[in-house]
Amino acid sequence: MNRIQLDNQGRLKHFLGIQGLKRALLIEILDTAASFISVSEKAVKKAPLLRGKTIINLFFEHSTRTRTTFELAAKRLSADVLNFNINTSSSSKGENLIDMLRNLEAMHCDMFIVRHNAAGAPHFMAQHIAPHISIINAGDGQHEHPTQAMLDMYTIRQHKGEFAPLRVAIVGDILHSRVARSDIHALTTLGVSEVRVVGPKTLIPKGIEALGTQIFHNLKAGLHQVDVIIMLRLQRERMHSALLPSAHEYFQYYGLTEEILKVAHPDAIIMHPGPINRGVEIDSSIADGKRSVILQQVSNGIAIRMAIMAKTLGTISEQKETQ
Amino acid sequence: MATLSILGGRIIDPASNLDTITDLHIADGKILAFGTPPPEFSADEQIEAKNHIVCPGLLDLSVRLREPGALHKGTILSETRAAAANGITTICCPPDTKPVIDTPAIAELLQHRAAEAGMAKVLPIGALTQSLKGEQLAEMGILKEAGCIGVSNVQPIINTDILRHALEYAANHQLTVFLHPQDPWLGRNGCAHEGAISSRLGLSGIPEAAETIEVARLLLLIEMTGVRAHFCRLSTARAVNMVQEAQAKGLKVTADVSAHHLFLTEKDISDYNSQCHVCPPLRSQNDKEALREGLRHGNIHAICSDHQPHEADAKRSPFAMTASGISALDTLLPLTLQLAEEMQIDLMRLLGTVTYKPAQILGIEAGTLAEGSAADVCIFDPNKRWTLSEENMHSLGQNSPFLGWELKGKVSYTLIDGQMVYTR
Repeated sequence: MNRIQLDNQGRLKHFLGIQGLKRALLIEILDTAASFISVSEKAVKKAPLLRGKTIINLFFEHSTRTRTTFELAAKRLSADVLNFNINTSSSSKGENLIDMLRNLEAMHCDMFIVRHNAAGAPHFMAQHIAPHISIINAGDGQHEHPTQAMLDMYTIRQHKGEFAPLRVAIVGDILHSRVARSDIHALTTLGVSEVRVVGPKTLIPKGIEALGTQIFHNLKAGLHQVDVIIMLRLQRERMHSALLPSAHEYFQYYGLTEEILKVAHPDAIIMHPGPINRGVEIDSSIADGKRSVILQQVSNGIAIRMAIMAKTLGTISEQKETQ
Repeated sequence: MATLSILGGRIIDPASNLDTITDLHIADGKILAFGTPPPEFSADEQIEAKNHIVCPGLLDLSVRLREPGALHKGTILSETRAAAANGITTICCPPDTKPVIDTPAIAELLQHRAAEAGMAKVLPIGALTQSLKGEQLAEMGILKEAGCIGVSNVQPIINTDILRHALEYAANHQLTVFLHPQDPWLGRNGCAHEGAISSRLGLSGIPEAAETIEVARLLLLIEMTGVRAHFCRLSTARAVNMVQEAQAKGLKVTADVSAHHLFLTEKDISDYNSQCHVCPPLRSQNDKEALREGLRHGNIHAICSDHQPHEADAKRSPFAMTASGISALDTLLPLTLQLAEEMQIDLMRLLGTVTYKPAQILGIEAGTLAEGSAADVCIFDPNKRWTLSEENMHSLGQNSPFLGWELKGKVSYTLIDGQMVYTR
């Protein structure tokens, strides 16, 4: 799968998922992002790479922060950005996805940033879109959230340097998490020594060990000697189903506290894709503490998204020129 | 008296264990004789069947005709015509039409339109409960009189007390119950086999236990009520095992499998191929092998198409949002032939699973070329190679995961009651 996101020379055309991408390509994205970090720190925060390009944020699921960081990233590359919030427009009128694509294509844009509640929706759109348009997955159902994984990798590399010696624990609702799946693919591709998933049996998807992870149901055991802890957000609706008895009990067994953190490596960093539920999955003192890199993740998200946009649109433009 | 001779074909009649090259003579819509015809016989028409196999017309236990209710997906005319073009002469129609087959009017409408079309014998399966809601028993006695061959609820009946009484009442009217084993809760929002692949793709899973729990519940109730029961579309190895054990204990249950579950697995959905979105879902390699073995050992009695035609748009969405089902009339025979080759099963035995065995399940006299039986005949070229494409599919629905497959075996003639309903 996902071969569709590469052109015949193995370069990125779309960015749909981490699964199937090679290590060298992931490193290349991280390196490109590093070069963009300086753009964000300048007084005039613009690079002209995507001048004249039109990028559409196509969000079928509500999101403020992911959409905003994509928007900022696009603007820093001098692209024009449009935001489509589909909940309020045509999909409620029964227009199907293909018709919507055709209409948007007719507006001569160059890239769609897609968030959708159905797994595989960006993949589906990439299969049906005109060849000059790139699709970037901003989260599809419970499948992947590849740009989040790349900014996570960027943040890990920033703090840890090498991937090979690292033990990484991903904690919480793995079952519903697209971030977890993308992180697992990225971490195993980059060759960390161990990827652990930690959570109650009700929130661990079947067969996840086939992706190269070790499963832990006990938080203390799962965090033992780890270098990186990725906490996942626990959606409120999960607490009111048969998956968990209560937020209170969840925190008791899977909440990250100073006490439990003692079993991790002393230099362990704490990550979270946000938005965080203080007191549900993580103690406030840890979220705000010196080991937390949560806000750095957000800043890095802009550079990473700039890198991914520049790379995919670069490939597409070159293809157009050679035609 | 209309007469017809089929000359020089390889006659395979699994019901009478016959596999020989000879002539077949038909008179008055019935099989008259093999070999040399009676002295007074003269054929009005002759079919040259050299290098062809002549077998009973196929019986398909599950075909969605889409009429009434979804004419943009298929009609009685379009789908029975597709059946005829594929050597299928008798088809069962599940009751989940719109409206549901829970009144004699709908059952009669179906048979009336089918008779008008004249392309296949259509046997409606009546509803087990009104509107298939699992609350109030359907008028099964009246449905039977209106031509329903059996009853089914298609979807699970949640209330076990109602299910028990529905089975008892069906038994009271000597109706076969067609059971689709799927737990109402497990995998309720699922669209793929629960396992490593659904987890990777982020698709909600349907666990194996969704099938086995319901098979267990049903087996106990079948024993308790004494109803004549048939399991539709088994998909898991464990369910095959459970049915086998029940049969060994003497319970008279039968089972079928769809052709696609014998060829495809969960791996086939791994690029979100919506043509592989089916219910029950495509399972593991191990399950596929077990279904094949179940068929080999006779614990699974029949292969059906589980034909579910759709318009193109129904499959053009992200996987979970697409309609489930495969347009499968066009592939039933070639896949059955391919299975015989792959499993090295005698062709006659395997043809039994699409002819006389489904007829036995239905309790009707069909699916045989025995003298005196209805001349429903399929004549096909077993060596003809062809590639399935949207252009050569006969069904109105072209939703098939087998598009692009090279298949072997093509129907040349189909007869119903001695009448030619298809010529290639």
